[in-house]
Amino acid sequence: MTATAALQWLRANLFNTWWNSALTLLIACLVLWLLPGFIEWAVVKASLTAPDDRVCQAAGGACWAFIADWFRFIVFGRYPYAEQWRPTVVLLIFAALLLSSVDRRLKGRWLAIGWVLGLVAVVVLMAGGIFGLPAVDSDLWNGLPLTLILAAGGLGLSYPLALLLALGRRSPLPTVRMLSVLYIEVVRGVPFIAWLFLLLVLLPLFLPPGLTIAKLWRAEAAFALFIAAYQAEVVRGGLQAIPRGQYEAADALGLGYWKKMRLIVLPQALTITIPAQVNTLIGAFKDTTLISIIGLFDPVLDTNTALNDPAWRLAYIEGYLFIAALYFVFGYFMSFYSRRLEKSLSQGRR
Amino acid sequence: MTPAGAAASPAPARTRVAPWRDERIRAIAIQVLTVALILGFAAYLAGNAAENLRRQGIATGFAFLGREASFAVSPTLIPFSPADTYARALLVGLLNTLLVASLGIVFATMLGFVVGIARLSSNWLVSRLTLAYVEVMRNTPLILQIFLWWDVLRVGAPQPRDAWHFLPHVFISNRGVVFPVPFYDPVYLWMLAALAAGAGAAYLLRLWARQRLARTGERPQTAWPGLTLVTLPPILVFIAGGAPLRLDLPQVTRFDFSGGQSITPEFAALLFALVAYSGAFIGEIVRSGIQSVSRGQSEAAQALGLSRGQTLRLVVLPQAIRVIVPPTTSEYLSLTKNSSLAVAIGFPELFSVSNTIANQTGQAIEVMVIVASTYLVISLAISLAMNLYNRWTALVER
Repeated sequence: MTATAALQWLRANLFNTWWNSALTLLIACLVLWLLPGFIEWAVVKASLTAPDDRVCQAAGGACWAFIADWFRFIVFGRYPYAEQWRPTVVLLIFAALLLSSVDRRLKGRWLAIGWVLGLVAVVVLMAGGIFGLPAVDSDLWNGLPLTLILAAGGLGLSYPLALLLALGRRSPLPTVRMLSVLYIEVVRGVPFIAWLFLLLVLLPLFLPPGLTIAKLWRAEAAFALFIAAYQAEVVRGGLQAIPRGQYEAADALGLGYWKKMRLIVLPQALTITIPAQVNTLIGAFKDTTLISIIGLFDPVLDTNTALNDPAWRLAYIEGYLFIAALYFVFGYFMSFYSRRLEKSLSQGRR
Repeated sequence: MTPAGAAASPAPARTRVAPWRDERIRAIAIQVLTVALILGFAAYLAGNAAENLRRQGIATGFAFLGREASFAVSPTLIPFSPADTYARALLVGLLNTLLVASLGIVFATMLGFVVGIARLSSNWLVSRLTLAYVEVMRNTPLILQIFLWWDVLRVGAPQPRDAWHFLPHVFISNRGVVFPVPFYDPVYLWMLAALAAGAGAAYLLRLWARQRLARTGERPQTAWPGLTLVTLPPILVFIAGGAPLRLDLPQVTRFDFSGGQSITPEFAALLFALVAYSGAFIGEIVRSGIQSVSRGQSEAAQALGLSRGQTLRLVVLPQAIRVIVPPTTSEYLSLTKNSSLAVAIGFPELFSVSNTIANQTGQAIEVMVIVASTYLVISLAISLAMNLYNRWTALVER
């Protein structure tokens, strides 16, 4: 029974036409040729402990010893070694927040409160200076916690501005509309790296003499301002998708502009755009890697720094694969979540 | 929008509304306030900047553009020496950006169509492997991919002496990629002219076929004649011109290559990463575009007796294109903007040249204004071109 079913499946999916059969055979040959080599490299001949990359090369396999040697630097950067339990707790807090956002039993207000409290806890833990924790300068908040702080904080801070811009772009007031369009289009038309450069290098020029803001918070501001333009477009899409009748019904009830938006329009617009907002979050998460160019130690710059160690110069593939896997797990997790959400939202509407 | 009082009151027009409740006055007030706030904030920032610049002794203005750049840029599309001006350095950077972006757009589009169609393949292996490719590309940061390919070429690739070569006369070494190009010959110009003439003739043929279709309902066979009209004239000119094909073949010398066209590891890594990355995104766009055409359309076409090829060409693709074009535009835009990541590996495109200039002259504000407005112009130009194309393919409704 099962054997015939399997055969049927094979025939339907792999050998349904002569062209597909040829393709299947070709790919099977390629896989059979490449896969053993890859497994040999990644597992069989890989070195988990080695003093340097030459020893790994002599063994003929991947040099995971590089990751083992530099693991804590890649994940936490230059955060004081003895204090690295703090960023570890921070990572756990982020994991808990993300998981509780995905699990949809916790909703709306409580989730928002959870995130705010969580982020406050994160900053307190990282900064120290109270509760007997030694203070740590924000320049040393490196690695994965930095990435998460920038992405989550940037998204959170961008939200009010994004809402204002989205509403502004659909406002009946011409100057407000024009200013919103101008902001959104200019921000989206110029590469993010240019804005990062602007805020990190040029912001001090625009502040009153004597006032300085730490690099981390300048980067955070750049993130918030940049994401806001993209998020505004997402929300605008939601606003446009709300049927006219909803606006008119709110008018008929005598609601003023802000009440109409807050009670009727925005709740619907934000709900239907949640999947698109998750996509913006994934994009923001990947974009955090650009701060490595400006010299903030995110996992990418940590890895590049580690790779400058002459002992491990040849382990670049292992290094980049490791971080790519970190980002991949997060991105895949989020996009899986977004797809599931999309499905359940569209079910609700049918 | 109308305040409750005005809507409920039965007396028309006579109701006097307090000025702070009058909608028109409010609208004007809000707008004036917004503009004033923004102008005030801008003036505050500008004031700070002026004060800071004065303290640091930095002169403002664009006069520095005429000064000698005194740094080298390589590779360049136009001749450039350190004695040239900053303005010319920016132009060199801009041309490099345009080169990477246009090559990237062309290759990413081709890859994207292959990926999109492979995703829909009825072959399970093909569609799964393509899905894996798309997921890996979409969920890993681009800059990581650029670094990886750059290191593969810089650190992993061998010396020119024992360069990898998978294809004849194409060498990959830690100096980059070298491949053969034909030596220039005046016949090539004539071939180009012949190509243009052929394309024009093919276009006329297409117009004629359309008219005939409209008049008689017959669909003249134009695919092969059209293709012949486009390809044959250049080939004939090539043969008539004495078939002047002399390739500039790269030779391995002691430490490097001579001859051929070489591209630096930075350029190769950037272009490769951009194409692989954007290709995955465009692939998803193409897939959803094709899927957006409902099954009934192709079933109806087949019921009308159209062949599979005709169904795809005349029914499915024209409808899919409409869904594909707008998101592809934004993908082209992000590819162009992503080319600025070259600054991380030191390929001298617009942003990385500007970065050097800003560091050298200290005129970061002016340089940033130039960079931002240049990218804006490029973005607008791409949007405009794609909008025109979109209008051309868009559904004409009543």
